[in-house]
Amino acid sequence: MHRYIVNRVLLLIPTLVGAAAVVFVLMRLIPGDICVLRLGSGGMSVNPRAIALCHAELGLDRPLIVQFLDFVWGFFRLDFGISMWSGKPVAEEIAARLPISLEIAVLATVIAILIAIPLGTISALKQNSWIDHVVRTVAIAGIATPSFWLGIVSLLAVLSISHAVFGAPWMPPIDYVPFWQDPLHNLSVAILPALTVGYRYSAVTMRMTRSAMLEVLREDYIRTARAKGLVERLIVNRHALKNALLPVVTLIGIEFAFLIGGLVVTEQVFNINGVGRLLVLAIQNQDYTLTQALVMLTVTIFVLANLVVDLLYAWLDPRIRFA
Amino acid sequence: MIRKSGLVAAGLGAVFCVATVAAPAAAETPKRGGILTYMIPADAPPSFDGHRETTFATVHAAAPFYSVLIRVHPNNPSSTTDFVCDLCTEMPTPTDDGKTYTFKIRQGVKFHDGTPLTAYDVAASWRKIISPPEGVSSARQSYYAIVDKLETPDQATVVFRLKFATGAFLPALADPFTWIYEKAILDKDPHWYEKNIMGSGPFKLAGYEIGQSIKGVRNPDYYHPGQPYLDGFTGIFAPKQAVRVDAIRADRAAGEFRGLPPSARDQLQQELGDKVVMQSSDWNCGNVITPNHKKKPFDDVRVRRALTLAIDQWHGAPALAKIANVKTVGGIVFPGSPLAATKEELQTLAGYWPDIEKSRAEARRLLKEAGLEGLAFELLNRNIDQPYKFVATWLIDEWSKVGLRVTQRVVPTGPWYESMRSGNFDVVVEASCNSVVNPLLDVQKYLPHTVFTENYGNYEDQQLIDLYQKMLRETDGAKQRALMRDFEKRVLDTEAHEMVMTYWNRIIPLRSYVKGWKIGPSHYLNQDLANVWLDK
Repeated sequence: MHRYIVNRVLLLIPTLVGAAAVVFVLMRLIPGDICVLRLGSGGMSVNPRAIALCHAELGLDRPLIVQFLDFVWGFFRLDFGISMWSGKPVAEEIAARLPISLEIAVLATVIAILIAIPLGTISALKQNSWIDHVVRTVAIAGIATPSFWLGIVSLLAVLSISHAVFGAPWMPPIDYVPFWQDPLHNLSVAILPALTVGYRYSAVTMRMTRSAMLEVLREDYIRTARAKGLVERLIVNRHALKNALLPVVTLIGIEFAFLIGGLVVTEQVFNINGVGRLLVLAIQNQDYTLTQALVMLTVTIFVLANLVVDLLYAWLDPRIRFA
Repeated sequence: MIRKSGLVAAGLGAVFCVATVAAPAAAETPKRGGILTYMIPADAPPSFDGHRETTFATVHAAAPFYSVLIRVHPNNPSSTTDFVCDLCTEMPTPTDDGKTYTFKIRQGVKFHDGTPLTAYDVAASWRKIISPPEGVSSARQSYYAIVDKLETPDQATVVFRLKFATGAFLPALADPFTWIYEKAILDKDPHWYEKNIMGSGPFKLAGYEIGQSIKGVRNPDYYHPGQPYLDGFTGIFAPKQAVRVDAIRADRAAGEFRGLPPSARDQLQQELGDKVVMQSSDWNCGNVITPNHKKKPFDDVRVRRALTLAIDQWHGAPALAKIANVKTVGGIVFPGSPLAATKEELQTLAGYWPDIEKSRAEARRLLKEAGLEGLAFELLNRNIDQPYKFVATWLIDEWSKVGLRVTQRVVPTGPWYESMRSGNFDVVVEASCNSVVNPLLDVQKYLPHTVFTENYGNYEDQQLIDLYQKMLRETDGAKQRALMRDFEKRVLDTEAHEMVMTYWNRIIPLRSYVKGWKIGPSHYLNQDLANVWLDK
């Protein structure tokens, strides 16, 4: 098992360097110049001398290979440099936004797991019953409904219902406060986006749970367990669900990693000042350092989530680690 | 480079802005206390240095922390002549044939760090604006090319000596971005104010969450007696309009200060009734349509004239005003200004003829004569709904009525500027947005690029430059106005270098408990919040 872990960890290095190279090159392919954008905001004319000074200040006058090596070396030292747009340390820019994105991702994941696994299991156990039909309908609706639309509608619904019931429109606060400062305020901000995203997330997971359970329930060892008179609850929980969860765990891991940087539209709808919104801004502003750091953060989370999933696989299914 | 000058003396003599408030504002005694929460319709500003930035996001976030030398009267911001002292003690009477302005600076004013503010701080800030050190950017440097010398004979006096007398100087001096910084800090690091806030204004910085919110608390040492009335404020950054409207509906925010479209106004009024008050005003901003003279066939004046003759602004404006934040038809000078064209004068110009059928017939004739019937081209536009996309979509329809086939290319702000600078466009939807109404400064937008670097039409027109120079130096108000008409005719009609679209309409929603704030013709003006109070 240790050797397996070491191998998987070592594989991270070329993966991350490859990703860094792709991000670096793609950013340089975008037309435009951050210095022209920064100095020429509002359409003001841009002095070539000022542009040259700006390039020198941002290190953009150096050869590309030097810039790349600097970026990779900084990444492995966890030094992401300074945002080219705001002049603030990239780590500070990200640290200001990461907690809310992380919180929504965790909440959405918890919501998804709490909904998807029980319902997916019941749906499989009651295949083709009315319960199965209802659960599948809910799941398909969740997959088909864009999160941003659901977000807008849920906000409007909260406003309208509160208006009708209390006589004045109400909506959750729009300014983020850390959980330890004001838990209620914090959860009020995060819960609607988490529910919105969690619904789609649970729908995907529910479908996966159902199909995995259906497959496992037809396995010989389940038939054997039933034949030897094991109670159904034990068969489902100990034998079927544990094995059916393998692909579900993979899916949850990947979805969670996606949520860290992928809540772009949902963050816009709920005015969440998260990592997704920051990434859009960074790309718009051609802020190379910030974009590179954010993409690398997402890549790292993806890679680490995959690593955790692989390790969980190995733990759940001993055949994997011995293969 | 030519920039601003001449007189506007007579021209700037009136209150011109059509400002309306939906509810009557009785004279009330301001109440102390409370926190004002308002929305800032933007992401985080690129920097907090007002001298460097041109975006309202910087002003709406940071103006409450700063003082300026003079300003538009906060209780009468729609006036073009009502300038009052902020840090000075008395508005000066120019001496030396109108070339010297001596300002006495208030004594006892302190920066938020406790350092006394003196004339040296005022002069250091203005020097950074007028002649910034190398590597430091000053967005409005060219406004002050008329300043010859800046002197500080003592710690209570600042003297501006101009190259020539001009009525344009005081309005330029009242620019709302010209914040006063501490000299000692500027001497150490002229970039310090880009990332930090420390002024002498009505509020002290209490906190800034990058891209989320900015908070200020009352400055107890503020020099205007009794002000500010608020205990503090919170500005929440929210670029999406739906979020801002929802926040106002639910009273998570008391309003915003940039401007909402009519649909949002109607929605808020319908749902909140008298709990929301709308103020509206003509806005010193408008879309300008610029053909690229270096691209065929737009080098042909017949084609440019056909473009403008096809547009029916008189009928288009009322219809557009129902869905977009535009309202008043105008020429190159802000409507209502004494230097602006009257409706009758406008109707003599191409693009403003009262008989649209006659106008379009002429457009078709010109296109036929140029051999360009059914001409197809691309209209470059900025990826902003209000009012850019609305105006462009309407324009494309107008042009189709004379057989022009136009496609719209919508790009984000960065590439939009990039395309204009590089000349990579056929025709572009631009915007001309100014703060203090100052017609001689504002119309420089229409001068060739060699004179005014933010003109992207790629044309040369010595006659136009000469006309402008003459207008700058004209001291007789009536003659200056006549010259402005000649200038306008050349820009919009004879050469059809540019097309001025309907001026924007600024609509500000505020919860009815917000008092004291008055609308002006620009979203840059009157944002220090010192006179705002809450009637709760």
